[in-house]
Amino acid sequence: MRSFYGTTLPNALMLGTAQYPSPAILAEAFKRSQAAVATVSLRRESSHDRAGQDFWGLIRDLGVRVLPNTAGCHTVKEAVTTAHMAREIFGTKWIKLEVIGDEDTLQPDVFGLVEAARILTEDGFQVFPYTTEDLVVAGKLLTVGCEVLMPWGAPIGSGLGLNNLFGLRAIRAHFPEVPLVIDAGIGLPSHAARAMELGFDAVLLNTAVAKAGDPAGMAEAFALALRAGQLAADADPMEPRDMASPSTPLIGQAFLS
Amino acid sequence: MRLQLNGEPVDTEAATLQALLLERDYGDAVVATAVNGRFVPGPARADLKLNPGDLIEVLAPMQGG
Repeated sequence: MRSFYGTTLPNALMLGTAQYPSPAILAEAFKRSQAAVATVSLRRESSHDRAGQDFWGLIRDLGVRVLPNTAGCHTVKEAVTTAHMAREIFGTKWIKLEVIGDEDTLQPDVFGLVEAARILTEDGFQVFPYTTEDLVVAGKLLTVGCEVLMPWGAPIGSGLGLNNLFGLRAIRAHFPEVPLVIDAGIGLPSHAARAMELGFDAVLLNTAVAKAGDPAGMAEAFALALRAGQLAADADPMEPRDMASPSTPLIGQAFLS
Repeated sequence: MRLQLNGEPVDTEAATLQALLLERDYGDAVVATAVNGRFVPGPARADLKLNPGDLIEVLAPMQGG
């Protein structure tokens, strides 16, 4: 597996922490899946209920690496400020950079994304940009200092899987040395396995696990699917072909007609 | 003076951001702060003078995808 800013992860699962039925189920999902990374966010804290303090205690107890995000940011300024606040709280240079450009699809504003990535990289951040499969945008993100790319599979929370296989194959082929993470749109373990079979290095997902009837069971299913996909990719899959080719040898076949 | 704390109007006698956090019972909570859209690191809060109408954001870890 390619490393992420010099860090080699124990597996390919980056798991979100939102929308679970309860904190206990969240913790069980991480336990069953052994997810390598937990994505987290920042929101306004009330001094009365201190919900954020309890949540942070839960995440620290998981013992996983955290990847803070800039979810909900629509401008470069918002994203950069949020990243700085996240770095102070979570004590990591990693930042999942989201600059949202469209409310219906939650598609990234790739122009703002490149600019924010440039600013944050110069400030010492290690940026994980949530982007599309656009090769030109990917190239610009690398030029401004990103060493990881996170193209979407489908719109956030949609569960549609890998919408543009051609585009994802192209970005994998175009940047063979760059760690690539499918971020968003994954709905089923088979989608995650497919991503790994295509040569991606990790998958970041949340809703598919958190909104399953049994989140912990689904988390384990994703872990197994990612492992299967990784093994398949390492095993050098055959090339598909249009016409049939008999797998059973014809030599020595009896003449019975 | 009156200012906005996490989107809500508050009246305070606190002169600095650090004093405001203490006054509002944030105490030892793990939070990050911004004033008028600009990040204020923890060590700078004691020197950050507040002014009427300031927009204060106090953020903490939260679930995210």
